[in-house]
Amino acid sequence: MANTTQEGAETATEAAGHAAEAAGHAAESVGMPQLDIATFPNQIFWLVVALILIYLVLSRVALPRISGIIADRQGKITNDIAAAEELKLKAEEAEKAYNQALVDARAEANKIVAEARAEIQKDLDKATAKADAEIAAKAAESAKRIEEVRAGAAKNVAEVARDTAEALVAAFGGSADAKAVAAAVTARLKG
Amino acid sequence: MATEEQSEGLAFHPMDQFIVKPLFGGDHVAWYTPTNATLWMAVTVLAVIALFVLGTRGRAIVPSRLQSIAEMAYGFIHKMVEDVAGKDALKFFPYIFTVFCFIVFSNFLGLLPKAFTPTSHIAVTAILAMAVFLTVTIVGFVKNGAGFLGLFWVSSAPLALRPVLALIEVISYFVRPVSHSIRLAGNMMAGHAVIKVFAAFAPLVLFSGIGLAVTPLSILAITAMYGLEILVAFIQAYVFTILTCVYLKDALHPHH
Repeated sequence: MANTTQEGAETATEAAGHAAEAAGHAAESVGMPQLDIATFPNQIFWLVVALILIYLVLSRVALPRISGIIADRQGKITNDIAAAEELKLKAEEAEKAYNQALVDARAEANKIVAEARAEIQKDLDKATAKADAEIAAKAAESAKRIEEVRAGAAKNVAEVARDTAEALVAAFGGSADAKAVAAAVTARLKG
Repeated sequence: MATEEQSEGLAFHPMDQFIVKPLFGGDHVAWYTPTNATLWMAVTVLAVIALFVLGTRGRAIVPSRLQSIAEMAYGFIHKMVEDVAGKDALKFFPYIFTVFCFIVFSNFLGLLPKAFTPTSHIAVTAILAMAVFLTVTIVGFVKNGAGFLGLFWVSSAPLALRPVLALIEVISYFVRPVSHSIRLAGNMMAGHAVIKVFAAFAPLVLFSGIGLAVTPLSILAITAMYGLEILVAFIQAYVFTILTCVYLKDALHPHH
């Protein structure tokens, strides 16, 4: 009994000695400094200070600024896309207008060509008609002259026949009544 | 002690990098004493300001490099909150973004040589996790009243199983802040400690012939671990943040 108490006392003093030694060599202690309760209040205090500082800086300055930057960029991108869309529409419209103008110009050209052709045709027709009229007039004149010539010829023939008949009658020794000869020749010519 | 004597001058103090000590001398760490933890938290705050305030001061439509990093971080967390916790969780976005920024900057700054990593301390991560836990619980009760308890009553399970499931759900709900904080602190501490252990082997070539083989290997191992730690630094910040969103979703929509 006494022995054991003595032993117990010895171990106790030994432990105390170790503890003292550990305290003395706190800087080189082999235990875990993480479990040194004496430093806890210090660490906790400074941790809370650090967290509050970071929280204030982030929530007051940094985070609103970053979210603002991101929103601005998003807005700019959206605007730019909208502007590009608009420009594209404008370009399409311009192309349509250009094509329309091209179609119009072509139609106009066709119209002008048709008009020119019609005018030329008209002139041509007029000229043709004039030429025809002239030709017709000339033909009519020629026909008249032929008619005259023919009539002249017939008349001459009748005169020649009468003269010849009078001469024949005179040659046969008769004195022929000029009127009777003429009537006889005319009747004969008619027959 | 025995290890130190055997390796003739090699010093193994992988945990010394986590010691919190006053910046301006003295031994006593009171709650207000500026310590190395204070310094690196201050550096974290300054880095956050540099990136998110100075980096975005151009407000450019076509962003500069810093501004596009700030915008990417903003978009990343904003989308995470919206996708995981829903649109009505967006009013908690500044709070979640604060937590994410603090953790991610602490983790990365802690990877600088000689740096101190606040997030490797359970005191820090426990406060972060408890803040999330309390926020989520309070929001849950304020939004849903007693209906928030429906989170623990699995109505799709058979009636006989429901009390058992409710017990399990309650336990898992209260374990959340523990796993939430220890996951982060444990990951950060383990990585840094392992790098330090490898680093302790690096000068072996100065003391012994076997160092010819050990030193290049340990340098290679430090490099590999460092690469892994860069990954872990981001992933742990991401995990902490997305779990916060998941818990927040439970608070806003306990029934589904």
